[in-house]
Amino acid sequence: MILTEQQARQLIDKLLSYSKADDIQITITGSRGGNIRYARNTVTTTGQTENLQVSVSSVFGKRTGSASGNETDDASLKRLVEVSEEIARLAPENPEYMPMLGPQQYQPSKTYSDDLAGMNPEMRAKAAFDSISAAVKGKHVSAGYLEDETGFIAIGNSKGLFAYNKSTSGDFTITVRTSDDTGSGYARQSFNSLSGLNAALATEKAIKVAEASRGARELQPGKYTVIMDHIAVADLLPMILSAMDARSADEGRSFFGKRGSGNKIGEKLFDERINIITDPFNSLNPGTPFTREGLPVQKQVWIENGVLKNLSYSRYWAAQKGVEPIPSPSGMIMSGGNKSLEEIIAGTERGILVHHLWYIRAVSAQTLLYTGLTRDGVFYVEDGKIKYPVKNFRFNESPAYMLSNVLELGQTARVGNHILPIMKIANFNFTSISDAI
Amino acid sequence: MKRKDFLQLSAFGLGGLLIPGIAHATEPLRWMNERLDRSIKKSLADAALEAAKAAGATYADVRISRYLQQSVNTRELRVQGISNSTSYGVGVRVIVNGTWGFAATSTVTKEGIVDCARTAVAIAKANSILQKEPVILAPQKGLGEKSWKTPIEKNPFDIPINEKVELLMEVNSKAMEAGAGFITSSLSFVLEDKYYANTDGSYFDQELHRMWPNFTVTVVDKTTGKFKTRDALSCPIARGYEYLTSADKEKMQGPAGVMLYRYGYDMVEDAILAAQQAKEKHSAKSVIPGKYDLVLDPSNLGLTIHESIGHSTELDRVLGYEANYAGTSFATLDKWESKNFRFGSDIVNVFGDRKQKYFLNTIGYDDDGVPSKEWDIIKNGILVNYQVTRDQAHILNLKESQGCSHADSWDKVQFQRMPNVSLRPGKKKLSVQEMIKGVENGIYILGRGSYSIDHQRYNFQFGGQLFYEIKNGQITGMLEDVAYQSNTQEFWNSCVQICDESDYRCFGTFRDGKGQPGQVSAVSHGCSSTRFNNINVLNTRA
Repeated sequence: MILTEQQARQLIDKLLSYSKADDIQITITGSRGGNIRYARNTVTTTGQTENLQVSVSSVFGKRTGSASGNETDDASLKRLVEVSEEIARLAPENPEYMPMLGPQQYQPSKTYSDDLAGMNPEMRAKAAFDSISAAVKGKHVSAGYLEDETGFIAIGNSKGLFAYNKSTSGDFTITVRTSDDTGSGYARQSFNSLSGLNAALATEKAIKVAEASRGARELQPGKYTVIMDHIAVADLLPMILSAMDARSADEGRSFFGKRGSGNKIGEKLFDERINIITDPFNSLNPGTPFTREGLPVQKQVWIENGVLKNLSYSRYWAAQKGVEPIPSPSGMIMSGGNKSLEEIIAGTERGILVHHLWYIRAVSAQTLLYTGLTRDGVFYVEDGKIKYPVKNFRFNESPAYMLSNVLELGQTARVGNHILPIMKIANFNFTSISDAI
Repeated sequence: MKRKDFLQLSAFGLGGLLIPGIAHATEPLRWMNERLDRSIKKSLADAALEAAKAAGATYADVRISRYLQQSVNTRELRVQGISNSTSYGVGVRVIVNGTWGFAATSTVTKEGIVDCARTAVAIAKANSILQKEPVILAPQKGLGEKSWKTPIEKNPFDIPINEKVELLMEVNSKAMEAGAGFITSSLSFVLEDKYYANTDGSYFDQELHRMWPNFTVTVVDKTTGKFKTRDALSCPIARGYEYLTSADKEKMQGPAGVMLYRYGYDMVEDAILAAQQAKEKHSAKSVIPGKYDLVLDPSNLGLTIHESIGHSTELDRVLGYEANYAGTSFATLDKWESKNFRFGSDIVNVFGDRKQKYFLNTIGYDDDGVPSKEWDIIKNGILVNYQVTRDQAHILNLKESQGCSHADSWDKVQFQRMPNVSLRPGKKKLSVQEMIKGVENGIYILGRGSYSIDHQRYNFQFGGQLFYEIKNGQITGMLEDVAYQSNTQEFWNSCVQICDESDYRCFGTFRDGKGQPGQVSAVSHGCSSTRFNNINVLNTRA
């Protein structure tokens, strides 16, 4: 269910009026979304859902309690406020409690598009039909998923803060497998307006990789020069964001912690070509211009010319350290170069081309080591050309290492809510072969 | 507002109905725990089923569900957050022209539910144009009105918040006294109040409970800049609060000073051990990579069973329905049809069930209206079966479903989910201490660590929480930087010994993900300590 700014404000005012606490903050989120899923070249499920969730945090002194629910009649809303108050009264004081923020100024966001909000079941069915038809024409087997959502978030509190943002988002993924089950390809499109969706084009891309990946040969595991297409980069590299918290680093339990004490802000940790920012006002991957606390989100530089420039600071930790709070990074934007994938392949003497990674899990928080596997098309490159498909590999590698061992950065593209370049990396660590196709 | 006024408003709030059947408690927190009267749910369900049939459905089912969750989160000596959340609504699923349709609503009134049923029929009709494989439902006799409840002694939602806070504060302070630099801890409780009805004539009222106590202890060595962690060896479990108060009857002293918990858990004791063990990790030997015989505790092997056997034998995955997300499976139908596909060694016997007491996926009836069952998946090492729902049973020529249908919310459509998948214990008397005595060069591994498996379930890599070196039948000390990497079929064929029933315990997870849009499911895996020979071990120190 999508509330307008005025409706959200009215609902928040109503909830505020029920409060007996010292302070209260309300968060309302709502969504209207649709999806279509298909496999074996036939539609398997479709759905259209609406929901509205109300969350209440009440505070007595430094005691806080939270309650949330999806029933929005007056009695249920009063119940939510009472439950949060009862919990707050029972909770011990939290010495790290930070008072709620007062009114804030927010820049207008770029997260909403009318055309995507107007997506309907017929349009979704058409996209699925286009995709399935392309696969059937090539005598392949398709499995895909398209989802779109219109949503909003509204925050208000007893200190007078009010924030509202509306957004649209969509994501399309397609896997094409050859009918003899010997080849597989994958493509993905992430978008905030309808112009970002072209199911037929994505499917053609997946078909091309699936056909080329048939008859994979076995290559010994080891350290290779790896060319990662956008999706593979987006699968692994953003894992580094979860470690970019100043408190964990200062406490000595993060990759960004310094031996003894403190953190590595100001140190050159990566290749000097590495520049990473986040910017909720970038029109290609726009984000909500405030946090769940109501703190404004600004453009933020994280890594500049390989130097760690910032880590995120919660309001509490920022107050302890005498700095301004910095929200956690979301929607990574990394600078790239001018070369296309084909041009990077053409300049590679010997290497492995990877399109998609899978089941990535942390192995060591100390070194940011992750394990995972390649899937949906891996190729051996020699003398500037793709020579033949190879079997999938398991890797044990760190995104920090990737940023230090860059050979080349290519053109950028959006995947998920990140904008990332194609990357060519030296000595990427493949530890075993997988028989999966 | 006076309490009496509030109660009346509350009743109106549940969809404008006057609801005499609600047993109102006296505090707001208890209101969240209240259950809708069964007769009202039946009348709402009947309205949905009638509306669906009138609109052309040949089959319909309806789920009226309220989900209640509570979590208490702490770090060191302070509470970071306490929250309660509810979600309430109805999902209606129908078959029209051999095609599924589904719709959901949070308007839990007769009018809302009838509208929802008609929408589900309209969606099924629209989808039927694209239908290539008409739905064939395995028969299931209507069972009338039944009820089922997770066997709990103490409802966690009846336990006062301060008691939970006090427990976590004791856990944290004792861990810090024992050397922890940092600790985060939490208690999570879930209550699903689920009413299911279908046009076969089944009406099931179920109250499902589960809980999960958890913590992570960290010890930092400032001189080296290294930090080591140890997570709780607890098990997410379908028990009441008594899981946290009955450890004395349910624990066993394990090798190397570790404590092994069955269906009761001493959180304070485990936190103290965790702090001591995290300290010990700083001086532990880094493993030399190579081949080792592994002795895997159920707290570790449970996840390996889950990933390599549980997921690979989901029939929808085998058939390609999950190809775009989690992938397919190596355990293809031709291997099952051959009746001689050696999934594991002779002693590997794996079964699926939804019946084992305290296991997370144990229920009375599934979301297809099928009573809970038990069946073999791997017998004497041979693949003999999969996991199916009513609309998949015909593919395996089964006469009935195994009862594996589940939806994680009222607004999501049910589909095939993993039941409890467990390794049967060894028949000969054997303790883990005796098992270790027979190992010349091995590693004893406990706890859940890093985990990853490929999209057809061949190649996997698992870590753990605690690793102990075994030399010539003796544990010689702690190891660090261990991960084992293998291929599912090779691994299970290297299974050489399984401890007896007295060592049988369960591993659980609250959040097994599957499907698009994603759904989670809580599932347990039972096994005894088990030995695997000659497994490849990596050193994960970069």
